[in-house]
Amino acid sequence: MSPQQAGENDAENDARESRSREVAGAVSGSGADGAGAVLRTHVFDAADLRRALTRVAHEIVERNHGADDVVLVGLYTRGVALAGRLASAIASFEAVEPALGALDVAFYRDDIGLRPVAPLGPTEVPDVSGKVVVLVDDVLFTGRTARAALDALLELGRPRAVQLAVLVDRGHRELPLRADYVGKNLPTRSSEDVRVRIAEVDGDDGVDLWGVPEREDQPR
Amino acid sequence: MMQHLLSVDDLGGRAGIESMLDLTDSFLEVMQRDIPKVPALRGKTVVSLFYEDSTRTRLSFETAAKRLSADTMTFSVSNSSVNKGESLLDTVQTIDAMGVDAIVVRHAAAGAPHRVASWSSARVINAGDGCHEHPTQALLDAFTLRRHRGPSLDGCRIAIVGDVRHSRVARSNVKAFHALGCELTLVGPPTLMPERLDGWPVAVTSDLDHVLPDVDVVYLLRIQRERLGQALFPTLREYAARWGLSAERAARCKPDTLVMHPGPMNRGIEISGEVADSTRSLVTEQVGNGVAVRMAVLWALLGSGGPIV
Repeated sequence: MSPQQAGENDAENDARESRSREVAGAVSGSGADGAGAVLRTHVFDAADLRRALTRVAHEIVERNHGADDVVLVGLYTRGVALAGRLASAIASFEAVEPALGALDVAFYRDDIGLRPVAPLGPTEVPDVSGKVVVLVDDVLFTGRTARAALDALLELGRPRAVQLAVLVDRGHRELPLRADYVGKNLPTRSSEDVRVRIAEVDGDDGVDLWGVPEREDQPR
Repeated sequence: MMQHLLSVDDLGGRAGIESMLDLTDSFLEVMQRDIPKVPALRGKTVVSLFYEDSTRTRLSFETAAKRLSADTMTFSVSNSSVNKGESLLDTVQTIDAMGVDAIVVRHAAAGAPHRVASWSSARVINAGDGCHEHPTQALLDAFTLRRHRGPSLDGCRIAIVGDVRHSRVARSNVKAFHALGCELTLVGPPTLMPERLDGWPVAVTSDLDHVLPDVDVVYLLRIQRERLGQALFPTLREYAARWGLSAERAARCKPDTLVMHPGPMNRGIEISGEVADSTRSLVTEQVGNGVAVRMAVLWALLGSGGPIV
């Protein structure tokens, strides 16, 4: 069994994160990952991505009047790498480097049993009680991963506040959630696929938008 | 994808066993949290169907299910309709009609869990069937050993000592340890060895003292006192003298040789109390890891793989 279940590599599982979840979960064959998907737009190159993260780092510090009580908690896989980048960026202009954590939300997902779900890495979160936790992920889409992350986080302690930072907000929310910090607001069709690359995971930095030919697109 | 876990063979060889051990790491981490519980199997129902006595295996499965937020039901023969003559088939059909998702079966008859699997729509886990198999024990032993000798167990030399003939633990562990690359030696009186070992990837000896200095792990099996009447060995005292791991014998092992036992232990027979409580002994760790392994198995059968077909 396990070749399917735990043998999925992170990149594959994470690619699924950033793609159309309702498509992946319910209707097969019409996702942008399917045959015929083509590159639509280069959204970010490495320099754009760095600038966006630098701005988000400043916003986090500004909003929280410093970084003393801030804990950056990344969601596997790329969110963990992004949280590390944000911590380094904050350390470069503030006196302190925020504490870091990594969160796996597999066991809190609401689509268990609807599609293959596998844990992506060990949850390692420092004491968050009384702290401001900034959850960090690459793409905000339906909001279901963020919902699972809130449940997972709140069982580990009682933060003073929880905020959400994402590199790309692509819209199509299915839950009443919003991000506090956004690297890029990117209007998309639900059939399209936002592909984020982070050097720590993928070898280089960038964000691309992929899609299938027009007739496949669902109007929104 | 694995439908049932009836035998170590169902895990899919080395790759399958290793990915199950990797998954177990995730659940060990969950168990170390202040709230050691995740909602992964909310709404699922797991039934333990135990036709034989068990403390650690049944509690371990039930704890595992609860920590995954599954509902649990326990069926033990002593207070069931089995005492009114209900057959295994009727019992399984009754349980099945209640709409359960997994059945954990322990039975004195080899193959009973296979029959249950053929009668029920639920996933079936073998928690020990007669002298046949006990796959989750093999997984937890491999997991425990990997934490001490891992990540690879290639070339790890293991002596499995005692009543191999009647041991489902030995059968499952030989398969799992061999799949992971370990070198195995079975040790015990010839009367306690299987009549045929054709195809078993093992060496066999009756001389424990000869193998002790060379092995990395001494895996002791429980002497099943209920078999004493079969005159397979003269007395418990003589067994202990020749095949029991006393402190003196343990001193002849390498300093880092580990001692394992599936429990329950007969202190003073197959293992001395001193050895059981020594730093070599992984016995309590084996029990603790049992819960994490069973969480991984339940998750793999009920949670990870998408719709049940």
